Amino acid sequence: MMTAVPISWYLTLSAILFVLGVAGFLFRHSIITVFMSIELMLNAVNLSFVTFSYQYKQVNGHLFTFFVMVVAAAEAAVGLAIILTVFKNRSTLNIDELDSMKN
Amino acid sequence: MDVILFLIFAIIAVVAAINVVVQTHPISSAVSLIGVMGSLAVLYLLLGAEFIAAAQVIVYAGAVMVLFIFVIMLLNAGAEAKRGRSYMVQVLGVPLLIALLGLLAFFVERLFPRNITVTFGGFTGGTARAVGQALFTTYLLPFEVVSLLILIAIVGAIVLARKEMD
Repeated sequence: MMTAVPISWYLTLSAILFVLGVAGFLFRHSIITVFMSIELMLNAVNLSFVTFSYQYKQVNGHLFTFFVMVVAAAEAAVGLAIILTVFKNRSTLNIDELDSMKN
Repeated sequence: MDVILFLIFAIIAVVAAINVVVQTHPISSAVSLIGVMGSLAVLYLLLGAEFIAAAQVIVYAGAVMVLFIFVIMLLNAGAEAKRGRSYMVQVLGVPLLIALLGLLAFFVERLFPRNITVTFGGFTGGTARAVGQALFTTYLLPFEVVSLLILIAIVGAIVLARKEMD
């Protein structure tokens, strides 16, 4: 029976969550779900930062996590405002139909 | 005990993350994402990051996700329509993602030997006091820049949500 968790388990969990975030970003069509997948990727990276902070017994990783959280909150506010504006003008949330910059 | 707690919450996080990706309704995805964030907060506590765990619950699971659910309900977003993906995505998507995960896991296993372990209480430098001290000495400039960023984001969100674009 193991009594302690290897540090690689935490990093592997972080990798799994990051890949799931990439999958959501690539496969989903709703702009809101794509946005939530980005949040999932940010959370996975935060877990890596906190794990490295534990490994080196320093608080710096927590600070990076803190800044990522702040930037993610700002990004969510601006991003959701953009989604609101897009929906007001185009009345769709499907990213396949939002291709006015393509041509 | 550490292993059991880690396994329980890691499994909850992975299952909820899979649910975020496979659910077709945005509300289901959002609630699953709250599950991911809650279990990550417990893992932060196991790693000795008490301040970050509290901030995770308050900022992410609280503020950001409430904003998401508010917007989903405001836009009355329903389940997304099933439509054909491009041929390349169908063939290459999942294998390439599994390859990426395999690559990441390979490097993690190679670079971090199994004798480095995490025990609860092995690192107690993550208190609000320690984080605050580092924040207002070493990281003072990033802190001020980030506060400016938040101000810009508030103004930008208000302008974007009010303006009628032509």
